[in-house]
Amino acid sequence: MATQHSRASARLMISPSVLLLLGWMLIPLCMTVYFSFLRYDLLSPGTEVFTGWDNYYYFLTDPSFNDAVINTLSLLVGVLLVTVIGGIGFALLLNLPAWGQGIVRVLVIAPFFVMPTVSGLLWKNMFMNPVNGVFAHITLAFGGQPFDFLGQAPWESIILMVSWQWLPFATLILLTALQSLDQEQLEAAEMDGASWLNRFWHIILPHLSRAITVVILIQTIFLLSIFAEILVTTNGGPGTASTNLTYLIYVQSLLQYDVGVGSAGGVIAIILANIVAIFLMRMVGKNLDK
Amino acid sequence: MGQITIKQVSKSFGDVEVIPPLDLAIEEGEFVVFVGPSGCGKSTLLRLIAGLEDVSSGHIEIDGQPATDLPPAKRGLAMVFQSYALYPHMSVRKNIAFPLKMAGMDKTEQNRRIDEAARVLNLADYIDRRPGQLSGGQRQRVAIGRAIVREPSAFLFDEPLSNLDAALRVGMRLEITELHKRLKSTMIYVTHDQVEAMTMADKIVVLRAGNIEQIGSPLELYRNPRNAFVAGFIGSPKMNLIEGDKATAFDASTIGIRPEHISVSTDSGDWEGTVGVSEHLGSDTFLRVSCEGLDEPVTVRVSGDIELNYGDKVFLSPDSSNIHRFDTQGLRIA
Repeated sequence: MATQHSRASARLMISPSVLLLLGWMLIPLCMTVYFSFLRYDLLSPGTEVFTGWDNYYYFLTDPSFNDAVINTLSLLVGVLLVTVIGGIGFALLLNLPAWGQGIVRVLVIAPFFVMPTVSGLLWKNMFMNPVNGVFAHITLAFGGQPFDFLGQAPWESIILMVSWQWLPFATLILLTALQSLDQEQLEAAEMDGASWLNRFWHIILPHLSRAITVVILIQTIFLLSIFAEILVTTNGGPGTASTNLTYLIYVQSLLQYDVGVGSAGGVIAIILANIVAIFLMRMVGKNLDK
Repeated sequence: MGQITIKQVSKSFGDVEVIPPLDLAIEEGEFVVFVGPSGCGKSTLLRLIAGLEDVSSGHIEIDGQPATDLPPAKRGLAMVFQSYALYPHMSVRKNIAFPLKMAGMDKTEQNRRIDEAARVLNLADYIDRRPGQLSGGQRQRVAIGRAIVREPSAFLFDEPLSNLDAALRVGMRLEITELHKRLKSTMIYVTHDQVEAMTMADKIVVLRAGNIEQIGSPLELYRNPRNAFVAGFIGSPKMNLIEGDKATAFDASTIGIRPEHISVSTDSGDWEGTVGVSEHLGSDTFLRVSCEGLDEPVTVRVSGDIELNYGDKVFLSPDSSNIHRFDTQGLRIA
């Protein structure tokens, strides 16, 4: 009886926060769904009427839509590849005993603390600028022709910037995982005749699998909604070359003043994110059960 | 196969010399136990032999071939670690197969050896489980299995039983000794437990602060300890080491007498004392007797059915033919 009572009162006591969180999530979601069925033009307020699936039709047939979906997914895959592979590499290096280890670790983690807008501007003006950028100076010093990163390869450049920001996160998680690896296991593998590559493949990588899963899942949540880097560097261009779903929704609702189509885009983005999540969970989520 | 020679090997970590130059010869098929208090360098010595640490100077030869600069895998030795060091994401079968797979052995030979090891160590019931699902003793067996499939020229054990409970430890002790008798290969075993050393070894190497204090068979060390340290370390309960007047009477700085070489009487004897705590083991009883002029109580072994209580007056008489005499440096006086 006692446990039943305390269980009931526990439920009662946590219910306010559960309700608050539920409202926090449900109200914006419901409003987005509601707006997505209205003809809602910011230039002529007060004329909202129900339009059925029109907004969805306009968003899905927008010439930028295909590019935006492809860009969103390619950013996700590109950044995940760079950060996971690079993160493992950095973690292995940082795990080696070296002089000045503490300072090096802080420096490696530093990019994570730079705001997305600041990092975008840094890359745009100080590194990639074809006139003043460091890369341009280096190319010129070797007698080459400076490369206009944001003009010639805008999406690749943004993948580079975002990777730079997220590499420290992956490195940090993977480094802590690496430090929890029992050294005797590596020594045992060494006695068993495993070369460095074999030890990495059969001992270190399986040990890291769970941390890699965490890195992929957390990064996916944030990478699907990359926005600031695009806004301050390319503005989605040239053309639609650097437009992703988030940016397309921004263009629809705030540049073209069409909240209805923007909301429809938001709902589609939610569905897309869930599809990605299901696939991810299928692929890597089973690592977490072990 | 399995002869190891260590010549003037030393090891320093930075400025700290853990092992001063030492020589040691291990014969083929011997069960050698390195024993000593913690921090005496016994594990380091084992790791030097294994190749997991580089020697600071000196040479190691395995089967007459120089091995000082060989990587661990090329030395033909197998090691069982204190933490077992099993690979947690692999099944027992895969754990045992790992060294064979790394050696590029063909599948049928691999399976033959794994089945053989599973039979010898009774692993068959849990061959497809993962290490996380096994008990301590089972993990220990898997670790040994992983070592024997390689058919190494020598086995190295680094305190393999210290994570097991007392009952299991006795069982595994017997199993490892039995394995040695059956495989007849060289085994080097590191422990801080002198009971393990006494029961398992053909040859015991007693180490203190990286120095070899004495090498010999268990009974040799028990009967003729070369110095007071070995005398105090080997034997359970410990040998009584007595200093002062009672030692001077025997022309020594320290005398050592084992608990079983003292006779107890209630009316007459050489040393007078009071019975303190006594430990009744059933077959034997160990009395702690506080004697006048001695800082520490003397341990005496008597038969299990003795009627002596706390505070009783007793007289102790050491058997003079079994007294070990040591000089001021702690060395044995012949």
